[in-house]
Amino acid sequence: MNLNIVEIDNLSFGYKGRLLHKGINMMFPRGKVVAIMGGSGSGKTTLLRLIGGQIKPSHGEVRVDGDVVHKQDRDGIFKLRRKMGMLFQHGALFTDLSVFDNVAFPMRELTDLPESMIRDLVLMKLNAVGLRGASGYMPVELSGGMARRVALARAVALDPNIIMYDEPFAGLDPISMGVICDLIRSLNDALGATSIIVSHDVKETFLIADYVYFVANGEVAAEGTPHDLMHSTLPFVHQFVHGEKDGPVPFHCPAANYQSELMNSKTND
Amino acid sequence: MIKSTLLIAVARMLRGLGARMIDRIWRLGAGARLFFLTIFYSGESFRRFHLILREIYFTGVMSLLIIIVSAFFVGMVLALQGYNTLQKYGSSEAIGVLVALSLVRELGPVVTALLFAGRAGTAITAEIGLMKTTEQLSAMEMMAVSPIARVVAPRFWAGVISMPILATLFSMVGILGGYLVAVPLIGVDDGAFWSQMQANVDFRVDIVDGLIKSLVFGVACTMIALFEGFDAPPTAEGVSRATTRTVVISSLTVLGLDFILTSFMLVV
Repeated sequence: MNLNIVEIDNLSFGYKGRLLHKGINMMFPRGKVVAIMGGSGSGKTTLLRLIGGQIKPSHGEVRVDGDVVHKQDRDGIFKLRRKMGMLFQHGALFTDLSVFDNVAFPMRELTDLPESMIRDLVLMKLNAVGLRGASGYMPVELSGGMARRVALARAVALDPNIIMYDEPFAGLDPISMGVICDLIRSLNDALGATSIIVSHDVKETFLIADYVYFVANGEVAAEGTPHDLMHSTLPFVHQFVHGEKDGPVPFHCPAANYQSELMNSKTND
Repeated sequence: MIKSTLLIAVARMLRGLGARMIDRIWRLGAGARLFFLTIFYSGESFRRFHLILREIYFTGVMSLLIIIVSAFFVGMVLALQGYNTLQKYGSSEAIGVLVALSLVRELGPVVTALLFAGRAGTAITAEIGLMKTTEQLSAMEMMAVSPIARVVAPRFWAGVISMPILATLFSMVGILGGYLVAVPLIGVDDGAFWSQMQANVDFRVDIVDGLIKSLVFGVACTMIALFEGFDAPPTAEGVSRATTRTVVISSLTVLGLDFILTSFMLVV
């Protein structure tokens, strides 16, 4: 059995004439929590979509459990996705279904389990995220943190081998952030799964990740354990980890000369 | 100088026209692809008929009020206008036939389709567009569940099943509205109203043709609503534009298809 459950090999991807990834290599060992970090727009979420087979790479390949994702047909992709669970940035709960039905959804759609067993499993998953008492609620009645936890329960409903998290800490209060942080680590260890976290929240991610990749300018700018990266002297990593304004990542978007643009009488339209 | 500016303007206009044409052709192709995929995945929907039943409630049952109220008024207006014209020729007893044929052959299927596009079509587009915006469709795909089988196909068949039923109800309620104006209000003979209708409305030619029309309109309106929602850019503005397009395109398609179908039905 391959040590790495997911392998990204010399991957390039671009659209609308812009190359987002330029020959990226990454390894995701079984049982580990691996984080992909980088600034907004650096293509972190796109990497998750490439792993899930929602988009195809321009060059290179992504292998999940030894299978090249983009070479699979529809049935093959669906078979691979049954090994994956994904937590979307805003939960992506089905708004017409209750909390219980949201968690039961993958079980009802993908298994032939009897309803009594589904009920027990759903309650167990909801209990694991501390929301068994909210099983009758509708998504609109949940706070952001609660919605994220329900989505997490749904993502692990079928005990996947790979759990992908897209910005799991974004927009959460400190308590919810701590809860989600703890749940990611404990669920990963309890299920023996591999977790891939896409985030730009340094503190929380470093707390639970075993290994971290930094993506910048379409390449892996740095990689290592959170401890290594915290003490890295690489200018980009140092600026990112310590949240400094000055550094290789400029504050300003590339633009024409400020003075000449202000003096120019032409309008922008 | 002026000549070159003019040339640039013409070139820009042609380029814009060409881009719009390509976009229209692309959308037509994408719509056709979605239609065939919907048919392909329909087996899964019919195996779980409760999904279709649920959508029939939202698209069909929830549209009942607007259909019934509109039909009632349309029938009453038809009777008033019809009587006004027919009495000049001394054939006011034929008012029942006029109301029934107008409703069963034309107004029933067409007005029902237009109301359906405005009421249920927009709801379908907005719902699917928002599902896309909030990543619910992506979540479904990542769970190895096809959104076309789970979301699109049940709504499609619900629309196709609902439309002929709604059109039939529209015609029935319209005839009732026409009867209430013609007989108790104007004083047309009760027996003449019904017997002329019974003698002159043919089941095969009038009622079945009306049902065929409403079935075709059901396919068109529902598919347009589904495609616009599925194709909507995942932004508030994108969903809003898609919803507007659903009403405009559905209405024009229904009127165009009505002309084509009527031409064929009158020739055959």
